[in-house]
Amino acid sequence: MKNSKALEIAVGLFMAAGFVALFMLAMKVSNLSSFGSGDSYDITATFENVGGLKVRSPVTVSGVRVGRVSAIDYDDDSFEAVVTMQIESHYNKFPEDTSASIFTAGLLGEQYIALEPGGAETSLEAGSRILLTQSALVMEQIIGQFLFSKAAEGEEENP
Amino acid sequence: MTCWPEIPVFDWLAVLGRSGLGTLERLGRGHLFLWQVFSVLPGLLTRPGLVVRQLYSVGVLSLIIIVVSGLFVGMVLGLQGYNTLVDFGAEESLGVVVALSLVRELGPVVSALLFAGRAGSALAAEIGLMKATEQLSGMEMMAVDPIQRVVAPRFVAGFLSMPLLAAIFSAVGVYGGYFVGVGLLGVDDGAFWSQMQAKVDLYEDVYNGIIKSLVFGFVAAWIAVFEGYDAVPTSEGVSRATTRTVVHTALAVLGLDFVLTALMFGEE
Repeated sequence: MKNSKALEIAVGLFMAAGFVALFMLAMKVSNLSSFGSGDSYDITATFENVGGLKVRSPVTVSGVRVGRVSAIDYDDDSFEAVVTMQIESHYNKFPEDTSASIFTAGLLGEQYIALEPGGAETSLEAGSRILLTQSALVMEQIIGQFLFSKAAEGEEENP
Repeated sequence: MTCWPEIPVFDWLAVLGRSGLGTLERLGRGHLFLWQVFSVLPGLLTRPGLVVRQLYSVGVLSLIIIVVSGLFVGMVLGLQGYNTLVDFGAEESLGVVVALSLVRELGPVVSALLFAGRAGSALAAEIGLMKATEQLSGMEMMAVDPIQRVVAPRFVAGFLSMPLLAAIFSAVGVYGGYFVGVGLLGVDDGAFWSQMQAKVDLYEDVYNGIIKSLVFGFVAAWIAVFEGYDAVPTSEGVSRATTRTVVHTALAVLGLDFVLTALMFGEE
C-alpha cells in the first residue's frame, strides 16, 4: 500500500507542477496581472480615422494605462468610427471636455488612445461621449503632405 | 470475376487502390475504437485509481525529458533571439520572442513530439504486447472489458497530462531564456519581464496554446492506444505498431498544428 501512496504523491506533485506552470504562464508571462479588478465603465469617442487601433488596445492618461478599447464600430450616419473605451471605475474624475487622441507607441509600435483632461467642472460618466478627438496619423498622408509642401517650396524658388 | 489483361498498369493501380482502401479501413476502425473508448468513460469514474496509475507512467515519468528539453529549448531561443535582436538594438524584446514562440508553438508542439516518443510508444508497445500474449483475450474470458480496464485509463491519462506537460515545458523554457538572456547576456531584468507581459496576451496566446496541447494530447493518446490495440499480435507487429505510433503522431501533430495556427492566429 505504501507503494501506491508514493505513486499517488508523485502524480499529485506532477499535477501541482502543471498547474503552477499554467499559473506562472498566466500571471508572469501574459498580461493577466494588468487587467485590474474588473469594475469599469464605458465611454465612447468618435474618430475620423482610427488607423491601426484594435480592440483591447490600451487607453492611457499621462502615460498611465487606465482602460482598454472594448469595441470599434462604424457609424454610417456621421461616417465616423465609434470607439468604446472601458475605463477602470476608480478613475472616474475625467472632466467633460477631456480630449482623446490616437497615438503610436514608438515609430512602428501599436496604437493607443491617450486622454488629455480638460478643465470643466463636471466629470465624464458611464456612456458619455468624448467630443474633442484627434484621429490617428496615417504615415502615407504625412509623407504625402511633406512631399507636396516640398514641391510647392521648389516652385516658389524657381518660378 | 472478369479476367483483366496482364498489363503492369493494372497491377500498379490495384496496389494503389488496395493501400487506399486499407488506409480508409484503418481510419474507420480507429474512429469506431474511439467511440468504444468514449462509451466506457463513465464507468471509469468509479475507478479513478486506474487513471492515477497511468498518470504516473505517462505523465510523471515524462517529466524529466520535458523539463530538460524545455530548459534547453528556452536557452537556445534566448541565445538565437539575442543574436538576431541585438542587430536592431531591440534585445529588450528577448522576453517577448522567447515567451511567444514557446507559448504559441514550441511548448505544445515539441512536448507533443517528446510525448509521442516517450509515452506514446510505451503505451502502444504495452497494449500491443498484452494483445500478443493474449492477456486482452484472457480479460474478456473473465468478463473484464479490456477497453475499460486497459485502454480507457491510458487514453484519459495521456489526454490529461499533455496540457500539463506543455505548460511545464513553456514555463521552464521561459526561465531557460531568462537565464541565458538576463543572466549571461546582460539583458535588463525588468525589461525582459515587462515587455513579455505587455505583448503576450492571456486569451490570444496562452489559452490558444493550451487548446493546442489539449488537441495534441487527444490525438497522441488516441493514436498510441489504437495502434497498440490494433497491432498484429506478433513481436514484429508490436514493433511496427510502436514505430507507427511515433511517426503518425508526429505527422498528425505537425499537420494539426498548421490547421490550428491558421484558425487561431490566421484572421486578424
